[in-house]
Amino acid sequence: MSTHIVLEEPKPQPVPESSGEATTRRAFLAAAGAAGLCYTAALGYPIYRYLASPMEMASNATAITEVTLKDAQKLPTGSVLMFKFGTAPAMLIHHADGKWVALTAVCTHLGCTVQYEPQADRIHCACHGGVYNPYTGANVSGPPPKPLKLFKVAVNDTGVDVSRA
Amino acid sequence: MTSKTVSSSVYGWVDDRLGLSEMAAFARHKTVPVHSQSFWYYWGGISLFLFLVQCFTGVLLLVYYRPGAEAFESVRQITFVMHFGWLIRSAHSWSANLMLFAIFVHMFSVFFMKAYRKPREFGWLSGMALLGLATVFGFSGYLLPMDELSYFATKVGLEIPAAVPLIGPAIANMLRGGPEVSEFTVQRFFALHVVVLPAVFLPLLGFHLWLVQRHGNAVPPCEEAKPASERKSIPFMPGFLRKDLAMWLISLNILALLASVFPWSLGKQYDALSPAPMGIHPEWYFMSPFEMLKLLGNWLPGEFGEIAGLLLFSAGIVLWILIPFYDVEREAGRRSRAAHYFGLAAVILLLATTAIGYWTIR
Repeated sequence: MSTHIVLEEPKPQPVPESSGEATTRRAFLAAAGAAGLCYTAALGYPIYRYLASPMEMASNATAITEVTLKDAQKLPTGSVLMFKFGTAPAMLIHHADGKWVALTAVCTHLGCTVQYEPQADRIHCACHGGVYNPYTGANVSGPPPKPLKLFKVAVNDTGVDVSRA
Repeated sequence: MTSKTVSSSVYGWVDDRLGLSEMAAFARHKTVPVHSQSFWYYWGGISLFLFLVQCFTGVLLLVYYRPGAEAFESVRQITFVMHFGWLIRSAHSWSANLMLFAIFVHMFSVFFMKAYRKPREFGWLSGMALLGLATVFGFSGYLLPMDELSYFATKVGLEIPAAVPLIGPAIANMLRGGPEVSEFTVQRFFALHVVVLPAVFLPLLGFHLWLVQRHGNAVPPCEEAKPASERKSIPFMPGFLRKDLAMWLISLNILALLASVFPWSLGKQYDALSPAPMGIHPEWYFMSPFEMLKLLGNWLPGEFGEIAGLLLFSAGIVLWILIPFYDVEREAGRRSRAAHYFGLAAVILLLATTAIGYWTIR
């Protein structure tokens, strides 16, 4: 193995380079860099879009402004109906006094899904004990920094329409 | 401290622990022979590159693929709903086919250069095992979309193990997960394809690559006959590596072209009650054994023919795998010539039966 000829790569010249050579090398490096960037983009773009597809579908779903809950007008007083507004959970409450209220059901603290407690007449988050007013969505006690968002509610003979306020 | 002294002290710290300079010295002294047949040295590297593409695109498909009853629906979603999903699936299928092609070229070049001789027997054996695993990868992956073609291909393919006397039907049932190809089959093929096969393939590939580093590239007999002073080689770093990477880039371009211009199709969802579609045939890499068994079956009809065909076919493969133990002499003798003719016969038989197979599809 050691006796055969090894063809040496041409060694860089020790003499100072002429400016022409420096330019061609710079031009070559720039072209190679540009080609590398093109390849990265051509491979990266489809992969990014592929992986991001569900995010796009979700953003299409969150773009909706109204949800019709069929037969929800039959909801007894003092009870709640959980539904999805876009991709996020929401709640429709039929209060004991006959009032209808719809709110997002995502706690403004750390995003747990909250629950309506009719006997205590409050909305409670089990994760960290946040409490909201079930009529206005106002944050009453515990860690939540903001109120729950209210939706507009329209009750008719066939169901309940919930829309962005 | 200047940035140069910082980087050299960091290098020194890592070097003390990992021995980087030993590796660098090994890479500096590694050479690759140069001769008229040097072109064939690239095909192992091309196979490796396409395998890496398989891993990468496979993981991307895994993001949305769901095995079991929803298999077809999830592949439909990947192909028609997710952005560029068709391209990733197409790249996975195309690079699988190109990888098998590259492995075949690599195998035949090793065979005709007689690169399996001492001390490279393990290189040949591990390579044959990798080829075997690659075809199982192909067979198991083919079922995963659960369209009509993949359903019938798997149904027919599993008839081959089923033909083995006594234990055959039990093996086929075990692979199928029941008497018929169903969602149980796709679920276990999925486990095989993404967990079991990679777990076996990767260490074996590591062994194969380590052997190449250990023994270096073999030279063909015509080159070996020359005196050492007339043989030429180039350093691996950077000369050969640069050419190797150029071949990878060419492979990437060909793959991108094929995958985007000829996107892989998705058939109708499988239906156990619908008849097999017209013109259905095995993938090209299974065409030759399929056709050989069919021809032998015509020649020797009945169950006897089936078993005789399988035996003859298995004997041929065993003989092929054991070639390093038959063709051992360095000098061009009778055995060496016999091995050469065996290789030629294998190539002609493969090409001819593949051609007959495609010719008789209609």
